[in-house]
Amino acid sequence: MEFKTILFYLFSAVTVFAALRVITARNPVHAALFLVLAFFNVAGLWMLLQAEFLALVLIMVYVGAVMVLFLFVVMMLDINIERVRQGFWKNLPLGALVGLLLIGEMAAVLSGRYFGLANLPAHNLPANYSNTKELARVLYTEYAYPFEIASVVLLVAIIVAVMLTLRRRKDTKAMHPSDQIAVKSRDRMRLVKMAPEVELPAPAAQTGEKA
Amino acid sequence: MEATVLNLLASVFGSLWVPIWSLVKPVWPLLWTLAKIVLILAPLMLSVAYLTFWERKVIGWMQVRIGPNRVGPWGLLQPIADGLKLFFKEVLFPTAADKKLFVLGPIMAIAPALALWAVIPFSPGWVLANVDAGVLYLLAISSVGVYGIIIAGWASNSKYPFFGAMRASAQMISYEISMGLALITVLMVSNSLNLTDIVMAQSKGRFAGYGIDVFSWNWLPLLPMFAVYLISGVAETNRAPFDVVEGESEIVAGHMVEYSGMAFAMFFLAEYANMILISAMTSIFFLGGWLSPVAFLPDGFHWMAAKMAAILFFFLWIRATFPRYRYDQLMRLGWKVFVPLTLIWILVVGVWMMSPLTIWK
Repeated sequence: MEFKTILFYLFSAVTVFAALRVITARNPVHAALFLVLAFFNVAGLWMLLQAEFLALVLIMVYVGAVMVLFLFVVMMLDINIERVRQGFWKNLPLGALVGLLLIGEMAAVLSGRYFGLANLPAHNLPANYSNTKELARVLYTEYAYPFEIASVVLLVAIIVAVMLTLRRRKDTKAMHPSDQIAVKSRDRMRLVKMAPEVELPAPAAQTGEKA
Repeated sequence: MEATVLNLLASVFGSLWVPIWSLVKPVWPLLWTLAKIVLILAPLMLSVAYLTFWERKVIGWMQVRIGPNRVGPWGLLQPIADGLKLFFKEVLFPTAADKKLFVLGPIMAIAPALALWAVIPFSPGWVLANVDAGVLYLLAISSVGVYGIIIAGWASNSKYPFFGAMRASAQMISYEISMGLALITVLMVSNSLNLTDIVMAQSKGRFAGYGIDVFSWNWLPLLPMFAVYLISGVAETNRAPFDVVEGESEIVAGHMVEYSGMAFAMFFLAEYANMILISAMTSIFFLGGWLSPVAFLPDGFHWMAAKMAAILFFFLWIRATFPRYRYDQLMRLGWKVFVPLTLIWILVVGVWMMSPLTIWK
């Protein structure tokens, strides 16, 4: 057996195990961490398919950013496991239906006839083939407009998300460094001109008091 | 190099070599890679040990103290003594901790710190994996480093570690962005994601033609990005003045409070391994890696080592110099200063490259 085949089975087995644990783990933090494990192994599988750009971006975006924020929120939740499990049997038929639909659709797509896999040329890429470069070439030439539209949609989503959650509190005491830097000395301190106070010579009577 | 080693082994085993080779041959690539990994990681661990010693000495001198000088000549055996002490100490588990994740935390901290070294080239051809997506690999795996801190902070089931974990996840994600954006300008001018190619792209240019290569390296045309990258690197490794994650005067030691013995040492090793890695990356991306600063001296690993040592000294220097940032100021620097600056500079570099004034052809 080739080393690659061993790796494939290893990655797939861990992916399936981790994915199952995501939905069976009792602790939401454990579930999130198993999802991270699943992502990692899927990235390994993509790497075996020579899609190194997608594999590394999967790790960078999903593992490195999305799941960290997920964990950030999940860690702070105090979830009552019993209440989460209450509706299990009631929702099971609907869930099973959705799951079966998903599996059926994926099977139809991945069975090979859909993409005409038999007609594709053999997968022999030269050693210096750069996945990243090819992807960029297609993305910025053939699909330039869809790509730009997608990026604008994402940008709008970012701005909307910020605006929806932004609340300006009036009573906040936070200091703004730019305001602090902009302060001039005359804003804080007032120099007053006044006549000098002249110290009076000590009265002669007091000097004799000590004696 | 592989052929030389095989020949050497064959001459050592003599007539026994043929049966041995027939056994070893299927797993030879694995063995050979393992040997290379050991060749990289053993000196790395030694450097980590002596970086801690050097840090204590340098900061001692800067504060007009002597620093460690008791164990061995000039205190040189101090890191070994520290390591042995930590090794023999008991690893305590808090009663309320999540045991499995408590163990996983330090492992997740050190694993990415070591895995990243796979793509770092030390000299032409001296690299474990000369992959075309090297920069992507660095960005991807370094973004996993935050999990060690988050998992440790949550699994400890204690207040200060949890604060540390929350601070870490916010800080490291913020500075990853400016770091990645700063690297994009480097990718643009070197036209490659391969680290060896990025270094070699810096050996060309007008100044290199005059024999003063040092001005052809990326640090000069991309000076603001060099600064952003270096400062983000300090923040990314949670070093002073950005060490709010551990902030010993605010949250004791953050995620490391509940750890003792070897488990604590793993966090320590990861931090210093990451520091050395950031210095290696900075020297590769901006300071020409193993290239010699002047034409009449030969290129080689010694140059890279010297550059890394200089950047590491910079890390120690600023630790001894600056007070810790306040958390909101830290976030402001990351999001309101560095991210807009890098975005604008990407545009500037793009226009510069397309204009007739371009220096990258």
